Amino acid sequence: MRVLAISGSLRADSNNSALLRALREEAPEGVEVEIWHGLKTIPPYDQDEDVVPGPEAVQAFRELVRDSDAVFFATPEYNSSVPGALKNALDWGSRPLATNVFRNKPVAVVSSSAGAFGGVWAAAELRKVLAAMGARVTEAELSVGHVHEKFADDGSLADDDLRTGLRDALETLVTGALERIAAA
Amino acid sequence: MSITEQTQAIPTGTWQADTVHSRVAFEVPYAVATFTGEVTDFEASLVDGTLSGSAKIESIKVKEENLEAHLLSPEFFDAEKHPVVSFSGSDLQRDGDNVELDGEITIKGISRPAKLTGTITGPAVDHFGATRVGLHLQTTIDRTAYDMKWNMPLPNGEPALGNEVTLKAELTLVAQEA
Repeated sequence: MRVLAISGSLRADSNNSALLRALREEAPEGVEVEIWHGLKTIPPYDQDEDVVPGPEAVQAFRELVRDSDAVFFATPEYNSSVPGALKNALDWGSRPLATNVFRNKPVAVVSSSAGAFGGVWAAAELRKVLAAMGARVTEAELSVGHVHEKFADDGSLADDDLRTGLRDALETLVTGALERIAAA
Repeated sequence: MSITEQTQAIPTGTWQADTVHSRVAFEVPYAVATFTGEVTDFEASLVDGTLSGSAKIESIKVKEENLEAHLLSPEFFDAEKHPVVSFSGSDLQRDGDNVELDGEITIKGISRPAKLTGTITGPAVDHFGATRVGLHLQTTIDRTAYDMKWNMPLPNGEPALGNEVTLKAELTLVAQEA
């Protein structure tokens, strides 16, 4: 099973990207977590360019999602909402709505921030957007406050509770994906 | 038997819906108006007072394709997991042209009791010699009881979409030869 992991942050030292690297370490046997690095390559959504085959980077993104069994998001919060780059990629991914690659795809959302609330509003908005696209949004909810304090000097995740939280969220997502595969 | 007594009778035997001349639809309050739609791929039968029907939810039709896609998604009908909606109810009661029927509606894998009320027309023989009866039935359901909880606040803070949905079945049923 392949789980595509998408960070909502482009920053090289992103805490959300670091959470996804920790998530990859927690992947159970048989589950491959692939971290996507293409967010910055997605052009601004333009309906004039939303044609077949469309921009190359968008095609690659759509194929990656289509070929994944589930998608795991880790997002920061910008102005109480989803970062523009991430929302932009999803706007491309959601087209055309009736047949888009996220349709019925099991997805999980976690968020983190340096503040106390852990990006909880961004996570809620991201779940809303994904549900509107037709994705199968899992119940797993994890918003990590003061996230910068959770890592050791070498960048590894140093918080066992958070590691457990990530593992639980991934297990919930994988369970949903397995149910879908079994029903197919 | 008097004519009056005949019009009070519940049709016996087996009757199948002529789906070309039947309609299964829904209405739900949306903002200041009513949002309507229907399912086109359905079947229904009446067998000795027991009415059964089912519809493939993928055949849902509303006036905007993106809304159709949203209705089929996990937020609403979750058509991938639950492709069929259904009704079954026995003991159709008739009082003149009025009918009522207690049964069970299943949507999204959730079954809940429902009372259908409406009118009956016929039986009457059509121009090809088949005997037909018309049943117009409706009921209201709380969509949230079927795990369809989506909403969006209007600028005044009120929810855009109502929870109470009216379901309508306008059925033309044709008597099947024994």
